Formats: sequence, C-alpha cells, structure tokens
Amino acid sequence: MQALYSAPETLIRTPSHYCPGCGHGIAHRLLAEIIDELGIRGKTIGLAPVGCSVLAYNYLDIDMCEAAHGRPPAIATGIKRVHPDNIVFTYQGDGDLAAIGMAEIVHAASRAENITVIFINNAIYGMTNGQLAPTTLLNQRTTTTPEGRDPLTHGYPIRICELLATLEGASFLARTSLSSPKDVSQTKEALKKGFKTQIEKKGFSLIEVLSPCPVYWRMSPVESLKFIEEKMTQTFPLGVFKDWEKTVSAPGGQATKV
Amino acid sequence: MKSSNNKKHLLTGNEAAAEAAILAGCRHYYGYPITPQNELINHMSIRMPQVGGTFLQAESEIAAIYMAYGGAAAGARVMTSSSGPGISLMQEGISYLAGSELPCVIVNVQRGGPGLGDISPSQADYFQAVKGGGHGDYHNIVLAPASAQEIADLVYDAFDLADRYRNPVMILGDAQLGQMMEPVEFRKTPRTHQTVKRWALTGAEGRARNIVKSFYPVKGELETFNIRLQRKYRAVEQEEVRYEEVNTQGAEIILVAYGTCARICKEAIRRASGTGLQIGLLRPITLWPFPKEPLRRLAKKARAFCVVEMSAGQMVEDVRLAVLDRCPVHFYGRMGGGVPSSREILKKVLNILAPEGTLELEIPEIPTELGKGLYFSTIP
Ligand SMILES: Cc1ncc(C[n+]2csc(CCOP(=O)(O)OP(=O)(O)O)c2C)c(N)n1
Ligand code: SF4
Ligand SMILES: [Mg+2]
Repeated sequence: MQALYSAPETLIRTPSHYCPGCGHGIAHRLLAEIIDELGIRGKTIGLAPVGCSVLAYNYLDIDMCEAAHGRPPAIATGIKRVHPDNIVFTYQGDGDLAAIGMAEIVHAASRAENITVIFINNAIYGMTNGQLAPTTLLNQRTTTTPEGRDPLTHGYPIRICELLATLEGASFLARTSLSSPKDVSQTKEALKKGFKTQIEKKGFSLIEVLSPCPVYWRMSPVESLKFIEEKMTQTFPLGVFKDWEKTVSAPGGQATKV
Repeated sequence: MKSSNNKKHLLTGNEAAAEAAILAGCRHYYGYPITPQNELINHMSIRMPQVGGTFLQAESEIAAIYMAYGGAAAGARVMTSSSGPGISLMQEGISYLAGSELPCVIVNVQRGGPGLGDISPSQADYFQAVKGGGHGDYHNIVLAPASAQEIADLVYDAFDLADRYRNPVMILGDAQLGQMMEPVEFRKTPRTHQTVKRWALTGAEGRARNIVKSFYPVKGELETFNIRLQRKYRAVEQEEVRYEEVNTQGAEIILVAYGTCARICKEAIRRASGTGLQIGLLRPITLWPFPKEPLRRLAKKARAFCVVEMSAGQMVEDVRLAVLDRCPVHFYGRMGGGVPSSREILKKVLNILAPEGTLELEIPEIPTELGKGLYFSTIP
C-alpha cells in the first residue's frame, strides 16, 4: 500500500507543550514539511528565542540554537557568516522581533543578511502571560492594557512588513495567516519562498504569520481564527510586500495580494 | 600591516590584540566603536578582509556580542571588544555565552566610569569582569596584560583557554595599555590548541543534531548543570592561575597590582632600590582564577600588603579574602581616570611602615627609561 500522507521526517513525534488552538504548532509543522521537501535537513540551522516557542528544538530534528530575547537576527548573522552555505532561519514572536529586538531585525534586513525570518505575530506576549505586544491591536485587552490598548498611552501597532519594505536590503517580505486551510497553504508557499530566497542567495527574507493565541485573547480556538480574519487583517493586511523575483516593491507599504 | 612573525612591530596595545587574534586563527570579529578601543576595531576592519575573515561593525554592543555568540555556536574562533558602557551592554550576552558554554574572547579596554565617565585609563570594571557581571553563577576567565607584548601573548592564550574550557575569556586592559605604542613580537606558532568542536552547529548531516542552549526548564536539570559548571570552574582554578612575583624574597611590604598599576609599582620598586626599603610585587596575570595561594604564602612572611588600583578598591577585596587576617592589607587607589604615580605609591608604603611619619625617604629621580615603556613623569 502506498502512503499518501505522513508526518514530515524533520518533525519529532512528541507531545506538544502548546495550548489547544495555538498557531505555533501549525507553523512548526509547515517548517518541517518545507525542510523535508527542499531536502535541507542536514544543513539547516534554526534559532528559537525566548517566547512560547523557546522549546522549538523539541519538535524540529535539526541543529538548533537558543537565543536571548530579541537577538536571533544577530546570532543568525554570526552563524551565517561562519557557514554561508548552510540554511539559517530565525523563528521569532512579536515581542521578540518588534519590541526588544527591533534594532537587530532592522539592521539584519538592511545588511541584506542572507537569512530567513519566521515572524509569528500573535499580537500578544504569550510566554509571560498575555501582556501588550507592539502588534497588539488598538482597544485590544491584554494583562497590561486591561482597559484595551489606548494609543495615547501605549502607542499604535507596528507593521513590520511595511516598515522593512522601505529597506533596500530586504528581498522577500510577506504577511500571511493561519486562520483557514487556504491561508495555511499560502503561509507554506510564502515560507518556502523565504527559504528559496536564501538558497539562491538573494538576501533577507521575512514571513510574518498572523497566528492565534486563544488563551490570552480569551477566546475559543474557533473565535480566535475569526478574530484574525475580521480584526487582525484590518490592521495587518495580508500580502507580499517585496519580492525579488517579481520586483514587487512597496515602499509605501501597499501590499500586493497573493 | 602584513602579519609576519618573528619581527618586532611598533603597535598600540589595541592593534596588538587585533593582530594576535588573527594569528590565533580568529576570522570573525564583531564590534562597535568606542574610545579607547577604536584602534582595535579599525585594525580589524583592515586586516579581516585581507585574511578572508569577517569584520562587521554591529548596530550596537548588544548585537556585537550576539553576533560573536552566533559565530562561537557555529564553531569559529570569535572576538569582540569594547570599553565601559559597551561592555555593560554586553553583559546579558556574556552570561548566555557562559550558560551555553561557548568560547569567545572579549577585550575590555577599561575607561573611567560610572556612566559615561571619561576615556582615560581605569580599573573600575574589575568587579564586573571577575565577579560575573551578568546574571547567574558563572565566571569569565579574566586575563590582565601589562604591556602590548603581553596583550599579544595573552590573546593567543585567551583563544586556547576559551576553546579548552568552552567559556568566555576576557582580556582586561585599560586606555593606557590599549593606546600606548610599544614594540611587539608575535610568538611563532600560536595555533597550538585548536580543538575539534563536535558540539558546534554545522547542520546535522550524518550525525545526531546539536543544540546550543542555556535553558533547563525541567526541575532539577538546571541545578545539575550548575554543579557541572562549578566543577569546570574548580578545574580552571586548579590549572590556570598565573601571576608574576618581583622582589618578593625578603620583602617587608608586598604591593599587589595588575596591568598598568603593576608597571607603576615596578617603577616604584626600582626607585626604592638602594634605599633599604624592601618592597615586593605580586602581579596577578589571571584575575579569575585569582592567585590566592601565592598571596597566602607571602602573607606568612610579609609585614603588610598594599593593593594599588585605578579604582576605589575592588581587587583589594579578593586580596583580603585570600589572606584573611594573616596579614594587614592596605590600599592605594586613584579613581575616575586618575593614574597613581610611583612617588605616590612610595609615600603610601612609607606611611604604612611608619604611620607616625618617622620614616623619611629621599626618593631619587627616576632614570629616564622611556624606551622601555611606561614612564610617568607627573610627579606631584
Ligand atoms: C531580556 C529579557 N526580558 C524579558 C524576558 C521575558 N520574556 C520571555 S518571552 C517574552 C515575550 C514573548 O512574547 P513573544 O515574543 O511575542 O512570543 P510569544 O510567547 O507570544 O510566542 C518575555 C517578555 C526575557 N526572557 N528576557
Ligand atoms: S500562550 Fe498563546 S502563543 Fe503561547 S502556547 Fe498558549 S496559545 Fe500558544
Ligand atoms: Mg507574541
């Protein structure tokens, strides 16, 4: 009998520590599938910083490096400069990438560092119990904005793809979501494109993935998918912001629909 | 400059550090400009491309230490350097290096603090370098050169020690040592102890995967790891203590000083020779591990110790801990960029030996030995 579908080899079979309905598990699986499909398991080096996915190395059977909060792009730079022919990716949350690690991500992009960044935007600090993230929506309640995010006090959400699109060094920038099967497969396509960008030495790639955190959004898993579709994508429109192949370049931040 | 061994070069200490690193096989340097270490980063920017290495000016010292962390995790010999404020920014990364057991060489060309302070020589980062600096129970191996030549020699050793113990090694210099030009001869075969790094991240092709981490969330694991770390530190204390003794035989008073201060102490000893004053010097070369045993041995014979530092008194605490109450420990320090003169040190020595001021000493003028190196002419 021919197997039509099986778990990716790169994915380690072990109980998940993620909450029910969390997006991290889906993103991990997509990563594992892509690594298998591209045949790069033996030369891929992954970085997972603190955040709910700090234990990503428990699930991905590749060389991996833990990273301090916000510093994956700097560490990835150090690794990539030693092993330019290996495939190096970072897997970062919104607190990690867009708050404490903002300088590192901007400068890695500006250097056209040939790495791939998977940016899990769940609009919250999951690991530390649901505080305000730089990507938290206006009026969204978090443990540190109990009355909802008020821009006069806490500022406005930061759009990373739009921001990085202004940099010549960024080669591929896309925002996708995990809210429906179609979106999941588009996320996979975008991630694959990110790895392809690196394999072909085209420079910096980042895929921002809108990802559910039902626990700290205080919603059911199904409601949280709806929240992404109806609310999050209003502030964070999906699309490709930069593509070296199609010379899609949107410095003003206008996304091209995928 | 073209690297060639067996020849004397006139270099600043900062340049000597950079060149020695290249000769030791370091091909990845990350840094951020700050005075008084700029000669180091500038030299690296010229030399690294010549030897096919990586020079990268990071966006901050935080990025620089983590780029170095990445290079170390990938198995390369890596270096970064900075001073005062920049070294403070690196502390989290240094703790992560220690926690992940990654070898890395960090040069701190100390300047005056706290805060922005100034750019003149200081030794006020001793606690930060020796006692941890970042969070958690860890130690840097800390080497304290006292000349450009010794900077070059110790940089070779720093890479070997870092690799052997999988631990960050800090070269603790200062503005004086970093910026003064002195003749330097590079040792012939520095790359003697390159180790095979089976733990490094290279891609898991054909082997079980490697994970570089310092996170031990399962109860008990972290304590077990810490116990192992401490065992490693005990081994370093057993094996790696280095110091220099000058004139300690029969000395009444023993000066304890490192780096620039040790050189000034040597000058004080020279000036006192023939006066009947018996002054010795113990110069720690490793600040961690600290030369406790030699101090204890000397404490049995000497009347007193006098620790001389460009700080408010930091290493003096370790001297006191080493000798306990076996022998009185005095201190003479200058702060905020102040550099003690040999005359000040001799005055302090007289004051220790005869507090009532009954001991007078005609301090002869120093013979001019400019060619030999450090010469402080600012006698008050
Ligand atoms: C320097 C430092 N500051 C704070 C923390 C605590 N901390 C751990 S994860 C985290 C935020 C994680 O949020 P995010 O990056 O969005 O990841 P998520 O858990 O949402 O996936 C914080 C603040 C830390 N580990 N290190
Ligand atoms: S807290 Fe949120 S992000 Fe973290 S595992 Fe749970 S659902 Fe996922
Ligand atoms: Mg988050």
